[in-house]
Amino acid sequence: MSIAANIAGEGGSTLSSNAHGSLEPVLRAQQLSKQYGPVTVLSDVTLDVLPGEIHAIIGENGAGKSTLMRLLSGYVEPSRGTLSMSGHAVKFAKPSQAQDAGIALVHQEILLAEGLTVTDNLFLGRELSRGLVVDDRTMRRLAAEKLAQIGCVVSPRALVRDVSLADRQMVQIARALLDDYKLVIFDEPTAVLTGGEVERLLEIVLRLKAHGIAVLYISHRLDEVQRVADKVTVLRDGKMVGTYPGKTLSQMDMARLMVGRELAALYPERTAAPSDVPMLSVRNASVPGYAEDVSFTVHKGEILGFAGMVGAGRTELFEGIIGLRPAAAKVELEGKSIHFQSPRAAIDAGVGYLTEDRKGKGLLLQERLAPNLTLSALGVFHPGLSMGRRREAEALEQAVEAYDIRLKSLGAKAGQLSGGNQQKLLLAKVLLTDPSVVIIDEPTRGIDIANKAQIYAFIQELVAKGKACIVISSEMQELIGICDRILVMREGRITGEVSGAEMTESNVAVLATSGPKPGPKAKGGTEWLS
Amino acid sequence: MAVMTESAPGRRALDLNVSWTDIGPFLALAALLVVGYLINPDFLSATNLANVITRSAFIAIIAVGATFVISSGGLDLSVGSMAAFITGITIMFMNTVAPHAGSWAIPAGMAVAILVGLLCGLANGLIVTVGRIEPFIATLGTMGIFRALITYLTDGGTIPIDRSLREAYRPVYFGTVAGIPVPILISIAVAAVASFILYKMKYGRKCAAVGANEDVARYSGISVIRTRTVAYIVQGVCVAIAAICYVPRLGAATPTTGQLWELQVITAVVIGGTALRGGKGHVWGTVAGAVILELIANLMVLSDFVSEYLVAAVQGVIIIIAMLIQRFSNSK
Repeated sequence: MSIAANIAGEGGSTLSSNAHGSLEPVLRAQQLSKQYGPVTVLSDVTLDVLPGEIHAIIGENGAGKSTLMRLLSGYVEPSRGTLSMSGHAVKFAKPSQAQDAGIALVHQEILLAEGLTVTDNLFLGRELSRGLVVDDRTMRRLAAEKLAQIGCVVSPRALVRDVSLADRQMVQIARALLDDYKLVIFDEPTAVLTGGEVERLLEIVLRLKAHGIAVLYISHRLDEVQRVADKVTVLRDGKMVGTYPGKTLSQMDMARLMVGRELAALYPERTAAPSDVPMLSVRNASVPGYAEDVSFTVHKGEILGFAGMVGAGRTELFEGIIGLRPAAAKVELEGKSIHFQSPRAAIDAGVGYLTEDRKGKGLLLQERLAPNLTLSALGVFHPGLSMGRRREAEALEQAVEAYDIRLKSLGAKAGQLSGGNQQKLLLAKVLLTDPSVVIIDEPTRGIDIANKAQIYAFIQELVAKGKACIVISSEMQELIGICDRILVMREGRITGEVSGAEMTESNVAVLATSGPKPGPKAKGGTEWLS
Repeated sequence: MAVMTESAPGRRALDLNVSWTDIGPFLALAALLVVGYLINPDFLSATNLANVITRSAFIAIIAVGATFVISSGGLDLSVGSMAAFITGITIMFMNTVAPHAGSWAIPAGMAVAILVGLLCGLANGLIVTVGRIEPFIATLGTMGIFRALITYLTDGGTIPIDRSLREAYRPVYFGTVAGIPVPILISIAVAAVASFILYKMKYGRKCAAVGANEDVARYSGISVIRTRTVAYIVQGVCVAIAAICYVPRLGAATPTTGQLWELQVITAVVIGGTALRGGKGHVWGTVAGAVILELIANLMVLSDFVSEYLVAAVQGVIIIIAMLIQRFSNSK
């Protein structure tokens, strides 16, 4: 608490006016609280959002950010407290009422109908019509205008299925901005975006501000918050820690306020240098449509990073290597030539892969924790005819202990865990097969800073035990923080390698976006490898 | 929301937390028995119950197999015509070998039935998994094929079982052991083996994982193709077992044998609490579902309230109610 008091003392009380001079908040929440039965998930949140203000909400997973957002956008009703907009008391019983009152919500997950066009999606549920027929031409024109406004270049006629993840996010934003809203809530908008796309999104946010629209910005990426936020409200364990002027907080301050204690360094200290014993070596790997002629080697005790934009083919490359999709590659594992026909073969040989999509491909959310934990290791765990339930329960208790998985009961379902704890469960699941090479795709997507630090420490422990680790990530800072070496991919090819002092954001960004595009015969080839 | 709470090692409190889906079918069965007794006390007589449950045995046995297919995320519409097809092949085989082998023709015929069921299931499974055809369409196709084959084999008429075998085969449907009709014992045995496989063996985990989320299963190193194909094979074997029980009941194979069984089978599975979209299978719930269907038909015959011609309508209402209950218990 003393930290909060210190920072608040610097400027917490001088928040009554803003650059626009308007004192009437667009949205005022007072003593907003939400209880589910005896459990209070949010208590006494008081918050003013002024026109043309970017107000960030930060907090760890479980701090109550999502609940607050759901209260403000009408998905749930508060147990106590009041909401007012521009001075008038409001009550939202359902999301459409919040929309009508002028609050737009940009969801974290992309909720679009993939089989329909961009225009169809923009106007879904509020199609314009002329008489009995829908007015496609006008809708397409308006869609093109809106998309151009936010700097998105997809064709209004394109099927959503065919556009990139980042463009889908833009389409979703355009959809939220179709009407004139007074307040736009962004829920983790950059979770699926990389470098340049994040920039575009932040530009959109700033443009909204310039138009006098208020923005509530919920994010885990403290660097973004620091760049754009006028005010920062910190939540912790369902309570408000305070509201601070954005510019006075450093990222470390924010992290401290969120966690409520001094944070150890986010990235662990390297205890041992990687060896030069090759663990996994891949030559001329090609995954049709995604990656071409990729070669690399990861050594025992090494953390090798794969950087690049979303869509650079990193995920598909590794899915191909371990047999999840058709691919051609010469693979050597600990000096022995091997080809993985199926993920089973890769697991049995000692190559574990953590998917980037923990909810869709990693865990059975409706299942309890134990079946999730042992799903990849059924053969190891249940050698006999019948399954060893007791051994399974023991394994779960050990995993909960070893990976600090926070849960209400061991009988909980995977879907009831917070994102960070799901990620730790997924890590435990893959490591249960005792792999010697661990490939982790987006190790910390959408999880809070305390869990991030823990996961980095686990990765560090893995390589200290002599395993090799490959980390695919769109967060450059993360790769720079934990990796020994980073390979950068662009459009399915490796465009360069950085290590040591060369591992800077700008070096990586150049290679990921505008680096020399390798010709048909990759000139990089293998010369800068091992 | 998992706020930082204590982890409670050793606590198994949630294991006692039974959901409506788990106990619903049995409560419904109990309620039906009470209602039946109130309407007509004869309903609860041992003879009547034994008769009804015996009649439900075919559907129950096939539905246990369907629990595998549905929980793995598939569907099999061909079970009714497959049952007719297997019955026909079995009778023809037994009739052919009876003059040489005598009573040995019966166990040999049973073995042939199981083999044919296995192959039919394998065919369905491979078309769905390797051929990547929607289960609905694939089994709609094989449903037509099996039905046409039996019609062709019987030349549109019936194939009766050889007179010399009839007496020896009778006990498989009409016999009792310790006062319990044989078909009931067989369906209990089938359900017991099935629940062992689904709840105690690795295969059960794989089956539920594939049905709940194919991607998660694939990424976990589980072969979706193999798991689903095995489910269809189990289904085929179950149909064969049901066919074996069915042969002595009618003593013949006809082109109309097993018509609309697929609907009753799917209804039994759904009433039993297994979700049609896949996931965890409820073997004993399925058995209860099959019994419920037959009890309702019986109750309508015994009572005068509703015409027995409306049996199918009542069963239709039941499946919809069962789905609604699932929907509401899931949304909580």
